[in-house]
Formats: sequence, C-alpha cells, structure tokens
Amino acid sequence: MKYDVIVIGGGPAGLAAAVSAHDNGAKVLIVEREERLGGMLKQCIHDGFGLTTFGEKLAGPEYVERFMDMVRERSIECSLQTFVTRIDKREDGFDVVTVSAKGIEHREAKSLVLATGCRERTAKQVFIHGTRPAGVFTAGTAQHYVNRLGVMPTQKCVILGSGDIGLIMARRLTLEGAEVLGVYEINPTPSGLTRNIHQCLIDYDIPLHLSHTVTRVFGRDRLEAVEVCRVDENMKPMPETAERIDCDALIVSVGLIPENELAESIGVILDKHTKGPYADGQLMTNVPGVFTCGNALHVNDLVDFVSASGAEAGRNAALFAGNSRKTVDMSIGKEFQYMVPQQLDLNSDNSKITFWFRSARVQKKSVLRLKVNGEEVWKKNYLSLRPPEMQEIKLDMTSFGIDESSAVTWEIEEVQA
Amino acid sequence: MREFNCIGCPRGCLLHVEEVNGEFVVTGNTCIRGHDFAISEMTCPKRTICSSVKTVFADVPVLPVRVSADIPKDRIFDVMAEINKVMLTERIGRGDVIIPDVLGLGADVISTSDVLVREEIKITI
Repeated sequence: MKYDVIVIGGGPAGLAAAVSAHDNGAKVLIVEREERLGGMLKQCIHDGFGLTTFGEKLAGPEYVERFMDMVRERSIECSLQTFVTRIDKREDGFDVVTVSAKGIEHREAKSLVLATGCRERTAKQVFIHGTRPAGVFTAGTAQHYVNRLGVMPTQKCVILGSGDIGLIMARRLTLEGAEVLGVYEINPTPSGLTRNIHQCLIDYDIPLHLSHTVTRVFGRDRLEAVEVCRVDENMKPMPETAERIDCDALIVSVGLIPENELAESIGVILDKHTKGPYADGQLMTNVPGVFTCGNALHVNDLVDFVSASGAEAGRNAALFAGNSRKTVDMSIGKEFQYMVPQQLDLNSDNSKITFWFRSARVQKKSVLRLKVNGEEVWKKNYLSLRPPEMQEIKLDMTSFGIDESSAVTWEIEEVQA
Repeated sequence: MREFNCIGCPRGCLLHVEEVNGEFVVTGNTCIRGHDFAISEMTCPKRTICSSVKTVFADVPVLPVRVSADIPKDRIFDVMAEINKVMLTERIGRGDVIIPDVLGLGADVISTSDVLVREEIKITI
C-alpha cells in the first residue's frame, strides 16, 4: 500500500498528526502496536487535560477520544496491533516494514511522523540495591493495574520520585484505600507540577521528603521493606540517616525518556539534552521527510502541547516536497535544561515558529533573550522559571536577519527582584 | 493569612489570602480562576474526583468515571464509597450518567470513556 504520510504511534501526538496531515490533503495511515488507539491517556483517568485545546478540564480518555472521533470522522486508516520492525529509505520516500497477525507487510510513504512517545525510567536505571522481590513497579505500571485492570498492586507503599505520574498515583492509590507512606525525592525541589503537590499530596496528608532517596529493597518473594536515606548536596546517600520502612510495594516515578529506537535506526540524530531528535522549526529531523512530535521529541508537561506539536508535524509531513534545506543551529546557555526546536531551515516558512523550553533549575525573576551575532533581537520577562513547568513561545523568526552564517543563541538571565 | 497553590492550571500560582473586615483579599493570582479558587478554598474547599467503576465485561474490567461538578473536599471518601459500590452491567458511552446526583451533592458520576461501546477503527489490510 502507498500513502503520503505514515504516522507511527496512535497516542495523542500521532492522532493529532494524522488528523492534521489528512486535513492538508494527505492519504494517511496510523500504525499502532496496541489493540486500541489513545496511547497512555487510556490509563490517565485523572482530569486536567485539554485546558488549552478545548478550554475544558477533561479526563485523559475524554481528551484523547475526541481526537479518535476526528480520526474516525475522516475515515483515516489505522493498523492496530501492528509493530514497525524496520524502515528503509527509498528514493521517493520510505518502505515501512510491519508485523501483525496478518504477517509481514511493506507499506510505502513519502514522509513519516514518528509519534512514538516516551518510556518510564525503571528501578534498575536508578541503581537500588537488594534482592529482586515482586512489588517494585513504575508509576505507569501501577496506573495500568489500577485504572485499566481494576487490580490494586499495593496496600501500603513508598513512592520514589516526585514526577507527576508518581504524585497522581499517590492520590489514586489513597482514594482506593491504600496507604501511601511517603514520596521520596532525591532533588531538593519537586519534579512534578506545583498543583499536583497540592492536590495529590497535601490534600491527602501524604508526606513529601525532599533530598531523600531509596537505597535498598528488602524481601525475597514479595517486597517487605525499603531503606530510605537523606542525601548530601552531591546527592550521595548519608548512611547514618538510613531508615527502614515496612511496605509491600515501591512505586518508582523517576522520569521519562523519549522513545527513538526506530528514529535512530534510520539515522536520526538525537539531542543529548532532550534525548529526542534535533528538529527544525517544521519539526523535521535531520533525515529529510522524517518528522518528530510529542513526547518522542521531548518530554512534555501537558498533553495539549503534545497534540499541538503532533498537528504541526502532521501538517508539515503532508506538505513535504523534498526541497533542499539551509539550516542554522541555535545554541542555548547552561541555564536551559533544553529547548526545541534546535535549528531553523532558512528555506522554510519561519514566520510562525513555536519553541518549548525548560530551565535547568528554579529561577526567580528572569529574562529570556534571543541574540543574533551577539546582538539582542528579542526578549521576554518571566516572574519565575521552574524545571517541571515547560514554557511555550511563538515567534516570527523572519525579522531577525538570520542567515546561514548567523550565530543564534538563547540565554536566560536571572534578575534580582 | 493563608498561603497555598492554585490548582486551576499548571502554572500553580502561590495564592495569599488575608481576611480584612470579614472579607477575603486574594493576592498572588494571575487570573480570575485563582481568585475564585482561593475564596472557595477558604469557605468550602471543593475538588473533582476521577476514579473507575467495575464492570461485568471481561474486555473492559473497569470504566473510568468522574464527577460532573466539583464536590466538597471533605466528602471525597463518601463519594468514593458510592463509586466503589457500582457494578456496571450495561455498555454505556462517554458522558453517560452512572450515579445521578451522588449523595445529593449536585454532581453526577459520569463515564469518561467510550471504550465499552467503541467499535475499534477497522484494521487495514
């Protein structure tokens, strides 16, 4: 089968990309490995989604099903329970090899949108010592148990990491009758959004222990206890502060990593800050015709941004004509955790570019500056910047006299209040 | 004087509320939602709850639900008890009411998903 655009991933980014590619005249296929569309939002049953997109506070399934309805109204083709096993570059596009119940198939497309989302970091990746009992879950796994299977994975647990999913699960497990003994965060500041600290922990008297981590697990078949320690300013556990806490589960919410194995297999270059692809203002990667969006591009705080980047990638994938590129890289100061997109293609329309960034640490009153060849061309003031809160800016990049040889730099300066 | 974070949006403004001559004066908010949240937090704190109800259907053992309007914070666990009594025997859709006017609080418990009634989009050849 031949398509204009193949979208890999049927979550909020992929669905928005497919709708937007279709509306821009493309024949589109969505490839999804699960038996249902919707991605992670199927299990994110809490509310707060869609404030920007729909002006309403929706639960995750409500939000993503609106996009599923749009896909259905347009009769966009979807191939469910289908894995992409490899992608080959052809002269006029891509050959996408899939495997499903029907066997191995080849599908061709002029351009691709990689909407593969992100994966949770696991306990293994944070080096906890001890045995390997049952009862150590990522927050997303615990969420799957409770919200999709209707099974409680714990009665009494400790949560490691104050990421948003961990905070949401602290509340969810409490509502269902479990005892959440505490949330332990190695950093001196919370990783999750402030509102989630308030509505998920403070509302339910769940203690948050900053500058603490879990150093050991106990138990042979099932988890019986964990050891927690305070950490020093270099994040090294202080053994004299060790404390044993009896519990039947450890829930780990220690971050998300964009999933880009397929992207890397076709030569897409990743940014070490985002762990997602380098992208230009049209969200195209360094491989012509391959677009990136959503949590595969960078880990977003809000699904509204995920859908917005999906729609942008989908539109540009539909309009992709294989024109030659003239790219200029933008550099960021060390005050940034990251910024996307990382480059501009001067042959594309740069009059409406959306940027997303996070600061590297908590900053009070700050100024964001864009400099071209050392000259400030644009600035914006912020009352505060916090790493958990992503910032969005929309800019006309055509009026700053940027050419191929320009040094384009972003800086954040903290100004004393 | 009390200080707490707004939960209206991800910005999470730090709100300060002071009682002046029997009236609450709110500062620190950047929009009207923050003001309203602060007043409600001082008088009758309210929250949304989202949960799930059990079903008799093997393909979808639980269906996600929420309350259609905020309920008093101190009634959260009462409403949870009502939600946990439900065993759904009908395939209902998104927005359909499962418990009308739960505990007389003026909010319905509604389904937030079409998963029970959705015919999945056709698998292509």
